[in-house]
Amino acid sequence: MTLSPISLSSSYTTTISQPHHCSLFNTTTSTTATSLNLKFCSLKPEPFAFTSLRHRSHHNHPFRRTHFNAISSALSNNGTAPKSFDYDLLIIGAGVGGHGAALHAVEKGLKTAVVEGDVVGGTCVNRGCVPSKALLAVSGRMRELRNDHHLKSLGIQVSNAGYDRQAVADHANNLASKIRGNLTNSMKALGVDILTGFGTILGPQKVKIGSSNNIVTAKDIIIATGSVPFVPKGIEVDGKTVITSDHALKLETVPDWIAIVGSGYIGLEFSDVYTALGSEVTFVEALDQLMPGFDPEISKLAQRVLINPRNIDYHTGVFASKITPARVGKPVLIELIDAKTKEQKDTLEVDAALIATGRAPFTQGLGLENIDVTTQRGFVPVDERMRVIDANGSLVPHLYCIGDANGKMMLAHAASAQGISVVEQVTGRDHVLNHLSIPAACFTHPEISMVGLTEPQAREKGEKEGFDVSVAKTSFKANTKALAENEGEGLAKLIYRPDNGEILGVHIFGLHAADLIHEASNAIALGTRIQDIKFAVHAHPTLSEVLDELFKSAKVKAQASDQVKEPVAV
Amino acid sequence: MSQLLQTPFLSSTTVLRLKSTSLRRTTPTTTNNLVVRAKIREIFMPALSSTMTEGKIVSWIKSEGDKLSKGDSVVVVESDKADMDVETFYDGILAAIVVEEGGVAAVGSPIAFLAENEEDIELAKSKALSSSSSSSSSSSSSSSSSSSSSSTPAPAPAPAIPVESSQPKKVAENVVAAAVSVVSKHPASEGGKRVIASPYAKKLAKELKVELGQIVGTGPLGRIVAKDVEAFAATGGSSGSVVAAAAEPVKTVAELGSVVPFTTMQNAVSRNMVESLAVPTFRVGYTITTDALDALYKKIKSKGVTMTALLAKATALALAKHPVINSSCRDGKSFTYNSSINIAVAVAIDGGLITPVLQDADKVDVYSLSRKWKELVDKARAKQLQPNEYTTGTFTLSNLGMFGVDRFDAILPPGTGAIMAVGTSQPTVVATKDGRIGTKNQMQVNVTADHRVIYGSDLALFLQTLSQIIEDPKDLTF
Repeated sequence: MTLSPISLSSSYTTTISQPHHCSLFNTTTSTTATSLNLKFCSLKPEPFAFTSLRHRSHHNHPFRRTHFNAISSALSNNGTAPKSFDYDLLIIGAGVGGHGAALHAVEKGLKTAVVEGDVVGGTCVNRGCVPSKALLAVSGRMRELRNDHHLKSLGIQVSNAGYDRQAVADHANNLASKIRGNLTNSMKALGVDILTGFGTILGPQKVKIGSSNNIVTAKDIIIATGSVPFVPKGIEVDGKTVITSDHALKLETVPDWIAIVGSGYIGLEFSDVYTALGSEVTFVEALDQLMPGFDPEISKLAQRVLINPRNIDYHTGVFASKITPARVGKPVLIELIDAKTKEQKDTLEVDAALIATGRAPFTQGLGLENIDVTTQRGFVPVDERMRVIDANGSLVPHLYCIGDANGKMMLAHAASAQGISVVEQVTGRDHVLNHLSIPAACFTHPEISMVGLTEPQAREKGEKEGFDVSVAKTSFKANTKALAENEGEGLAKLIYRPDNGEILGVHIFGLHAADLIHEASNAIALGTRIQDIKFAVHAHPTLSEVLDELFKSAKVKAQASDQVKEPVAV
Repeated sequence: MSQLLQTPFLSSTTVLRLKSTSLRRTTPTTTNNLVVRAKIREIFMPALSSTMTEGKIVSWIKSEGDKLSKGDSVVVVESDKADMDVETFYDGILAAIVVEEGGVAAVGSPIAFLAENEEDIELAKSKALSSSSSSSSSSSSSSSSSSSSSSTPAPAPAPAIPVESSQPKKVAENVVAAAVSVVSKHPASEGGKRVIASPYAKKLAKELKVELGQIVGTGPLGRIVAKDVEAFAATGGSSGSVVAAAAEPVKTVAELGSVVPFTTMQNAVSRNMVESLAVPTFRVGYTITTDALDALYKKIKSKGVTMTALLAKATALALAKHPVINSSCRDGKSFTYNSSINIAVAVAIDGGLITPVLQDADKVDVYSLSRKWKELVDKARAKQLQPNEYTTGTFTLSNLGMFGVDRFDAILPPGTGAIMAVGTSQPTVVATKDGRIGTKNQMQVNVTADHRVIYGSDLALFLQTLSQIIEDPKDLTF
């Protein structure tokens, strides 16, 4: 596979045309083809909020009902043992994707099992979004408490805020175990069997669990094995001074100076954590600018707020060709070469290096060869319905792949949504997931969030398909709630079609951006047009008025549709 | 307001990112009636609001070499109120950008040069070079040119004046060139190969306009860290003396009536002096009889004891009894009681100023202190002082007695609690307690202290103790 990243990127963007895809190349350091599909998105916490909510609801009243329905349906299925399969649905991998699929499958009355060779919760819960949010919660508060100027303007006096590293690390670890427990219990409570061991596909509808001879059959199988941190060639990870996000989340040290290779989501979030805890950070980015996956305007603003004023410097347009861990009396050595000319450019001497160059699919040992499926750079090829495609280009019946393992969109909540989509299909309702409606967020302080296309992508699409593209922007500086919080730094940007009011993309940088994006992503998912949503009312004063103002400032030619069929008297 | 806008650049209201009525005032209200036949125009930081004193370059919309037509948006400037696109009033070529994206410039200082045609680009670039390398001087030199145009208020942007005719500018270039060449003679640490500095240290160095290559790193493996840069800047830099020395001949070159930009060291001094204004200081003076001290000095001089060491020792012993005088106020909210008593002594060297530190002066005996002092002075002359040898002072002594100065007033160095100005000791006619008149050697000391942590009574008690020690100096030699 020596496709150039450019050709890969274009093929990907045309089929998927998703902003997150671009971020791949951008952040990856050395190898060309491998880097392609590795996204940093898996550290996104967003999905987690989704699952936790879902989970909580099971513990409340609605839970009872669902629970009994699910059990009864499962029991009835068990009794009849249809077509002599052990299960209706078998999911390999109990991460957020597998969990989301399992819960929906139970709701649909399928007898379901998940296979997990490691720990329930996968990357997101154990080594990704969840523990990183714990660290970011600490970093956000530390940043606030140490910002004398900001506090003073609010009239608050705080002296000498400090932190206990081990206690912070424990908080992250405890959170992960708690969520892991929640996830496990929620599946067990619904009657999902959790089979322990690595799943290997032996043939159609047949999976071996672990090294024993425990073979399970299922009518449909979903591969949801996720991903692992991608480490480019030449980089020696020792887990102490040269680390990946897996190690960094344990927060065993807070180095004085850490180099972060890759300035995508993972790198950015960790730069937020480390600088808040007192480290100085040097970014190493292969592309010519930092935060390459984001809308250019957003990344420019984000750089002004998240990079420039902090103790961060950066090298762009360079690969880390070689990284040697610290040895006695010697620092971590990072050799930088020019990304284009490959010439030796510089050597960094730092206390630690975090490799945040993206993630590689975890699909080895899955037994894909038994069903004639060839991975592409490790990714399982699928169609738009997540159906696995074999080496001959034909669909493998009853086999699906969701989440990081298929590389379509490496976000935990995207995996879950894909899983739900698959369950819809196997239960008789055709469903194609609109990836352009899936939001993404980066939990820096302030946060960055986005859904749909970036401005350049939208303009390119508009040119190709012959429609105009307009952009509207609103500032957090004009929002009452943001000003009350003294957090006026921020921008919301709407990319839309002025002719019919279709929302093409929304990008937000500012206070609680990750929570604000859903109004836009829901509108895209439901096909709501600007001329209609602009009449929706927002509570005042709230941050959501940033989006309200954004929709109202768009200039759409189309008239609002008749929304209210039956006026409600008050 | 319109006179504030006599600049080739005006904000365009159409691109306001914020609905702020105050910004509307900057709408172009007058046509620019300055007809200047200039081949190269300075582009100034415009005043985008009535309260704006400096602006930050958010981004350059045009790049160097781009052709501009009147009305084009050229640069986005962040004022104290909003981000605004700024457009040009002249056609031309953007020849050179002086203030890069993210940089801050005072209102009226040049941020770029506009060339009328391609032949002038090189000339504009060379101007930009001199203007940017002297960065801090750019505002002063431009204000000098504006001062010639009389009534313009100080912070207002200067009218677009052809810069090539500006005499002061040339002088400034000479000075800058000289200073730069001196700097390059002093290679980086790490054997001169590479400078290893942490990101924050680099940022600070840029802000404080300090050359990293001149700083000796004290971080892990000799890395330059933030405190090294701060220390360097705080003292004016050990190399400050180097630059100052080199600046000496330059001074003679400078013509009367010209404006000469500060050297790095002078910048650091200036910054520290201005910074000291943020500290509420007060002064308490005391007259101390030195007959006994002089007698002691005469006795042990042959053993290599210096007066500086004796004074430092006496001060340190007094400080030991009054730890609050040895404290400092770092954050405006708390006392920082220093664990050791380190007496910094101001020394003029080669026209520069440095403060070698006698560490633990209360514990070290006066003979060792004297030896240490000699060593420090030798090192200072050889410019080999390490940062920890001139930045760790907790109390400063400044002695101008050798010039016959009988009393003076010292400025408190930022980060410390007090500084003592010591005048000369001279025979004085005094009335003694038993009603007689006689002569005694007396010197006046004057302590400047930070009143946030040190109060008048504290200083009074400290000075009382000090005078007792000096007037009965047997403790000084143990």
